[in-house]
Amino acid sequence: MNLTLKVWRQKNAQTAGKFVSYKAENISPDMSFLEMLDVVNESLTHKGDEPINFDHDCREGICGMCSLYINGHPHGPKRGITTCQLHMRTFHDGETITIEPWRAQAFPIVKDLAVDRSAFDRIQQAGGYVSVNTGGVPDGNAIPIPKVIADEAFNSATCIGCGACVAACKNASAMLFVSAKITQLGLLPQGQPERYRRVQSMVAQMDEEGFGSCTNTGACEAECPKEIKLTNIARMNNDYFSAKLFREEEVHEQGH
Amino acid sequence: MTLDAKIPQGPLAEKWSKHKFDLKLVNPANKRKYDIIIVGTGLAGASAAATLGELGYNVKAFCFQDSPRRAHSIAAQGGINAAKNYQNDGDSVFRLFYDTIKGGDYRAREANVHRLAEVSVNIIDQCVAQGVPFAREYGGLLDNRSFGGSQVSRTFYARGQTGQQLLLGAYSALNRQIHAGKVKMYTRHEMLDVVTIDGHAKGIVTRNMLTGAIDTHAGHAVLLCTGGYSNVFYLSTNAIGSNVTAAWRAHKRGAFFGNPCYTQIHPTCIPVTGDHQSKLTLMSESLRNDGRVWAPKTVEIAEQLRKGTLKADQVKEDDRDYFLERKYPAFGNLVPRDVASRNAKEMVEEGRGVGGSGFAVFLDFADAIKRLGEETVKAKYGNLFDMYIQITDENPYKQPMRIYPAVHYTMGGLWVDYNLSTTIPGLYALGECNFSDHGANRLGASALMQGLSDGYFVIPYTLGDYLAKIGPKKVDTSHPAFEKTKQDVIAHISKLLALKGTKTTNEYHRELGHIMWEYCGMARTEEGLKKAKGLIQALKADFWKNAIVTGENEEVNASLERAGRVADFIELGELMIDDALMRKESCGGHFRVESQTADGEALRDDENFAFVAAWEFKGENQPEELHKEQLTFEAVHLSQRNYA
Repeated sequence: MNLTLKVWRQKNAQTAGKFVSYKAENISPDMSFLEMLDVVNESLTHKGDEPINFDHDCREGICGMCSLYINGHPHGPKRGITTCQLHMRTFHDGETITIEPWRAQAFPIVKDLAVDRSAFDRIQQAGGYVSVNTGGVPDGNAIPIPKVIADEAFNSATCIGCGACVAACKNASAMLFVSAKITQLGLLPQGQPERYRRVQSMVAQMDEEGFGSCTNTGACEAECPKEIKLTNIARMNNDYFSAKLFREEEVHEQGH
Repeated sequence: MTLDAKIPQGPLAEKWSKHKFDLKLVNPANKRKYDIIIVGTGLAGASAAATLGELGYNVKAFCFQDSPRRAHSIAAQGGINAAKNYQNDGDSVFRLFYDTIKGGDYRAREANVHRLAEVSVNIIDQCVAQGVPFAREYGGLLDNRSFGGSQVSRTFYARGQTGQQLLLGAYSALNRQIHAGKVKMYTRHEMLDVVTIDGHAKGIVTRNMLTGAIDTHAGHAVLLCTGGYSNVFYLSTNAIGSNVTAAWRAHKRGAFFGNPCYTQIHPTCIPVTGDHQSKLTLMSESLRNDGRVWAPKTVEIAEQLRKGTLKADQVKEDDRDYFLERKYPAFGNLVPRDVASRNAKEMVEEGRGVGGSGFAVFLDFADAIKRLGEETVKAKYGNLFDMYIQITDENPYKQPMRIYPAVHYTMGGLWVDYNLSTTIPGLYALGECNFSDHGANRLGASALMQGLSDGYFVIPYTLGDYLAKIGPKKVDTSHPAFEKTKQDVIAHISKLLALKGTKTTNEYHRELGHIMWEYCGMARTEEGLKKAKGLIQALKADFWKNAIVTGENEEVNASLERAGRVADFIELGELMIDDALMRKESCGGHFRVESQTADGEALRDDENFAFVAAWEFKGENQPEELHKEQLTFEAVHLSQRNYA
């Protein structure tokens, strides 16, 4: 296959970026999208030009490092996969493909197609855990957990933190990402003691990072490579209002 | 220098308990006076950073990814072993110990492996307490499945994403310590050297991958948790970024490298489709619980399958050879990985391989679907089947999967004693980065166990002993050793950036991979290894003349990052060849064609090779010196592994 790529090139967050067109030639339909970019980068390197910078690592859809906004969709046109799992057989010969970085105020550009998603880490640091130290915990079977609850918690826990939900959202909201962790721990008995502290701390940090508000459009759910459900957001809102209205404990997040 | 593994005295089952009591402690008020550097945030690094932070030490943690959550432990699929005996099927700490020693073909230390089996049960409890959503039965208790090399069900799992769930558990514990101010996290930082003062590790030199800044960091101890080196083969199931650089630079500063030739070739990976391939994808070993491995009985049928004139489901039962079930009736499809891989290779060499290239055998779920129903199979393996469909565009619910072995894990690594200390005092290696617990072949679901065992339950004890002995005197980067090491790093980077030749570093990497796979892969011969050594030396010389590295240091520069890693892989490749040449026996994943039984199984030579090979770096382009740590076995009887 031969393709034309319109790729966003930007040196860093301080300089302006622009689209640059490249030819991708002799592309095999069995290649992954990132392998196609590898081919383009190899030819750029041979010419002494600077290769296109993009984030990637595991190339099997689980590390969450790859991103790319492809023809207007985070992780490309197919549902339920990441960019590294997208294969060139999805495209047709002669097609022009537009490749952009995630665009959100809370995700500044690092270089070209790579962005800074450290805001996600800071939200997790604010409360995405159960406060247990190593050692001194009960036996793994001490607390039975209904299979359906464990399975549902697992479904939320599969979030890979890639940021596609933010990229898909017109408001660049991070509600799906944040709610996935809150739902996972909120469903499990181990997460109960800190359930209402957690939701307040994480939401406060989310707001501080500059993510937008949720309008229940559902673009995040449609584009999530792990198919995290919108019901996670409903559960988070439920816990949040419950915490603010009915719980004694109010968390004032201190700066850190 | 004589190697001292520091294995505690006393009966095997009491060594660890006794050792924990004998180790010195740092009192709670003094812990905050110690700074600990941890490189890598996979299962070993994240669990160590969290636990040491909880204990009160000041931790600085580093990773090259944009977040600690992305370390390659995340991609582990199948599960984690623990001797819980929840299934009441005869498991015990001793059985897990025994299976692991035997699976490793009697090339691991008894004391380490027994400790691993002991703490395995604590790991499960810890992860459950963190909110890891393991698979459960309808009664609400934890579910188990079986893995290769064992006849009990002791593997805990979270669908096909166990590594992800365990890593996110450790990451959450790490996050809690970052929030508490006990761990300072440095993402997008690559460690490029170790700083030693009077023979002790006192810090590291890093490159900030966003700005190019070369920084020094000081601490009382340095923990390397940087994973394995499968990417020396170019194509492997490892992440693209997985590399040996941290371990290799430590090796060049005096840390011995243990058993570098011990690599694991995983039997069930998706076959290669072409030269463009950048990595290989594993299909979890758990699939062998229900999938049946077969090849056509005759070359003629195989040819029809390769041409596509015959489909796999049209091959009659009588024309199929379920070769693992036939040869190993007791373990069947669940033989250890090295055995399964070699048998698949044999099929291909006999001309019975399938798929377009002929480099594949089948993994068939038709019987399982008939027996359990498609829904049940989907519930168990759905995400793996989806991955297969994505990559191959074929439906494994209808046609058997095509699989072939691929490099997956490296049992070799930095040599460590019982305390996980390398031969540089103060420098520790944890998880896949060390050589310790898997001998010459790792059993499935044991890598996660070892990473978390080292990080949660071993290093917090053994590190304290070292720290108590050296005392809390402040270490800082004003010592001239820091500036000197930093200048060495800068010089190395400048040398790389000056390369403006004709071949990309990716091309060198691919060539290295071809050499390693061809001559130091599933079958190794003296002749082939000698040839490979020459090829690698030539490749190295050519690299430093003709490679292209673009851009500058003071920016995001993936070309520079890759160049440094490939240069280190080339050097490591040569050491692996030396090690494989030296070890004239076959054992586990190391198969020397000259040493096999009448049935073609790996034939050990216990009289001459029951030792750990620990290699000492003696200077650039100098042969490394071999040191031997003799292995002694008290609890198990050495025998030819038999899975029939």
